[in-house]
This record gives sequence, structure tokens and C-alpha cells, in this order.
Amino acid sequence: MLLIDCPHCGPRDEIEFRYGGQAGIAYPDTPGELTDTEWAAYVFLRDNPKGWFRERWFHVHGCRTWFTVDRHTVTHEFRQSP
Amino acid sequence: MTHPDFLWRNPDPKPAYDVVIVGAGGHGLATAYYLARNHGITNVAVLEKGWLAGGNMARNTTVIRSNYLWDESAAIYEHSLKLWEGLSEELDYDLQFSQRGVLNLAHSLADVREARRRVNANRRSGVDAEWLDPDEVKKFCPIINVSERARYPVMGATLQRRGGIAKHDHVAWALARKADAYGIDLIQGCEVTGFEISGGRVLAVETSRGRIAAGKVALASAGHTSVLADQAGIRLPLQSHPLQALVSELLEPVLDCVVMSNAVHVYVSQAHKGELVMGAGIDSYNSYGQRGAFHVIEAQMAAALELFPLFSRVRVLRTWAGIVDVSPDASPIIGTTPVDGLYVNAGWGTGGFKATPGAGWVYAHTIAHGEPHPLAEPFALDRFTTGALIDEHGAAAVAH
Repeated sequence: MLLIDCPHCGPRDEIEFRYGGQAGIAYPDTPGELTDTEWAAYVFLRDNPKGWFRERWFHVHGCRTWFTVDRHTVTHEFRQSP
Repeated sequence: MTHPDFLWRNPDPKPAYDVVIVGAGGHGLATAYYLARNHGITNVAVLEKGWLAGGNMARNTTVIRSNYLWDESAAIYEHSLKLWEGLSEELDYDLQFSQRGVLNLAHSLADVREARRRVNANRRSGVDAEWLDPDEVKKFCPIINVSERARYPVMGATLQRRGGIAKHDHVAWALARKADAYGIDLIQGCEVTGFEISGGRVLAVETSRGRIAAGKVALASAGHTSVLADQAGIRLPLQSHPLQALVSELLEPVLDCVVMSNAVHVYVSQAHKGELVMGAGIDSYNSYGQRGAFHVIEAQMAAALELFPLFSRVRVLRTWAGIVDVSPDASPIIGTTPVDGLYVNAGWGTGGFKATPGAGWVYAHTIAHGEPHPLAEPFALDRFTTGALIDEHGAAAVAH
């Protein structure tokens, strides 16, 4: 069970959260001009690193804040975002 | 007392091979075997960073079935199931393949509708499928709680009688022995660390045991496929997650079929040796840690006990996790890549074991001919661009 540091509520158990995947995926600025390949990349391609990963969590059973953390995908430790 | 004969050699890598397969799990070994058997290609190495069949092949729950919804999936999984039916004899090794029947339980009206639709789709695809009402479920598997007061009432189930389980270690050993007999080198403790690519074509792999030239390179690395593809400059629509499973202490025979429930995230069978084998859903976050959280196990056990009150005093012997590569449509990715000579077989997610011979068969064909086997064609990487997804979340999302 991860102990996740919610920016509003402090450290809380993982079961209170929902995972949001990779952080920083912005909706395209010019959606009308995207090719199929670019759409596929936006919709389906996400980083899948073995190591540090910048990701989103949602405190669904708490304050309902979405926030971003850095977590290591092997050790599962969190660090302050650089 | 003398040591029994080894099932395969433990060779050092040669400087070059026609085909290098990355990953000596079930899929890698089956691919090597069928490259030799079906296509006469034997100058092949299977590179394994750990030990043979020590990844997900040692961690899965060995359920075999082919009752998938869409034609494309039914075709490839049914091809695999037909191969399973002759594999023990063909490999001259008892795989303990047991067609004891697979129940997929329905707990809500939505489940019932989806399940009956899938039965109809399966029959049209030539896959055996039956719908059982709760009384028939009780007759087929007497220890399931079908009481209307159950937290997860059993409103019926699909049954694939030809589905079942096999002994995963035996599958790996049998395939390894045959591949080795064809002269294929199975090289353990040899980690691929990079690819030599020139002019858009792969020429060699860099490994912890030096450079190995390769005419073709075939990835069969399950949860670690993204890491390897990244080294070749390829992004794949895969996310790696822990998938947990557990076994109980050994029991007398009590459960003679496979019971799965997508809705409550549990699947159960009893291994030949006597332990209950149970699998859960994936842990939510990306991970390569080969471990998951206890609350997933706890939720899985709660569901299992609702379905099987009889198991309330059974003790858990051990739990573990493997790293599974999940694709956006819960279907595999098989075929060519943007790098010439580099092939991918990945995205099997939580259900790759059942596909072991089928995946090996179509992947070997794809590698040998440089273009997809007809059964693999719909599973090409470009489906995420064309939009021709094969959405098997209904049949596959949690339990495979």
C-alpha cells in the first residue's frame, strides 16, 4: 500500500486515491490540424519508464484534488518534483 | 544417485544468429520452437536476462480459454486452444493440460446480457460456449454460493468446456527441450541493453555478454517491452502494471473447474498438486517492481469468500506479482515495427499464458516471412492510428 502525500490532506493510504497516469498530457492546441498519427499519439501513447515517472493522482475519497507527483516505478518511492 | 539428463544445453552466445528472440518466457520459447518446426529456421538464439521461464511464465494462473468476443480475438485464441489440445503429444511431455471447463460468472443484468451476447458470438466464431442459469452453475460447480442473498449473486455463467489449465513449468520445459533439440541456443543471464540500428534496420543487439549480430530481432519481453522498444527509438501504446496472484496451502480435491468473475475481480482454480490458485486485477499504477499492494489481495479474498464460503478457513501460502504490459484495447500487439527487422509481440496484458502456442505460431510466421500471419494481421501496431481497435475489455479487462 502506497502512502501518498496529498497536497491538501497530507499523507494518506493509496486506497483513497485513483490513479491518473502520466502527467502533463495537454489537449492539442490545434486539434483540427492533427494527423491521424498525431491523434493516435495524443490518445494512446504514454511514457512507460522503468524509473522516475511524473504522474497524476486523484484524491477521490478525500478532498477530490488532482495533483502531480514523481514516483519511482521500481522502488515505488516518491520524491519532491525537481 | 546421478543427476537426470538436462533438458537443454546452456551455451555461450555465438557472434551472430539469423534470429534473436529477446525473452525466454513462454512466448519466446514457443516462437523459437515454431520457427524451427514450421519454417526450418534454427540459427536462432533466445536471450534471457534472468533464468528461463522465470518471469510471468512462473507467475501466471495458467487459465486457458478462447471465449473472446470479437472475431479477431476468437480466431487467434481458438487457434491457440487447438494447439494446446495436441501439444502434450507433440512435445512428448505431459503438460498436465486439463480441459476441466471455465465458468465466467454473471452478477448483474448487465453481466448477463454481455455474457449471453458473448456466448452467441463465440458460437458464430466456432468457439464452444454455453449459458448456464444459476441452478446449472450449482450443478456444474456445487461449492459456489448461488444464494440470492449473496453479496455478489450468481445470475448465471458462461461455460467453455474446452477451457482449463496446464502446468506452466512443464510447458516452458517442454518447449525449451524441443527448441534446444533443433539446435536453438537458449542463453540465460544475458540481458539486452541496446540495439545497433543503421539505415532504419536492426543489425545487432548489445547485451551484458557482448554484441550479437542478428538478421532479425523479435521482442517477447512482456512487461519490459516498453523499456526495450525505447532503446530502439520506438514508442508503444503499453503501460506496465503489477498483476498479483496467490496460492493456498495444499487441499484435497475440492474444485474441479476454473471459476472467473470479472465483476468481483477474482479467478480460482485448483492446481493438480492441490493448492487453490487465485488471481486478482492489476494494481492501478505503473510499476516494474514485481510486487503489489495487500489491499488488492484483501479485496480479492473478500470476493472469493463470498463466492466460496467453504474457503473461509483456507490459509494463504504465498502471494506474488508479475509485470504485465497492458494495451489500450486489452488486445495484443503483434507484428512489424518502424525499424526493419525488429518485431514485436507484446500487450498480452493479463492473459498471455493461454496464447503461448498460438502467439508463438503466428509470431514465428511473421518473423519468417517478414509480414504478419493472417491471424496476427488485425493485431498490428497501426490499429491505434487507423482506429480499428479490438476492444476486449468485456472479455479480458481483469481476468484472463
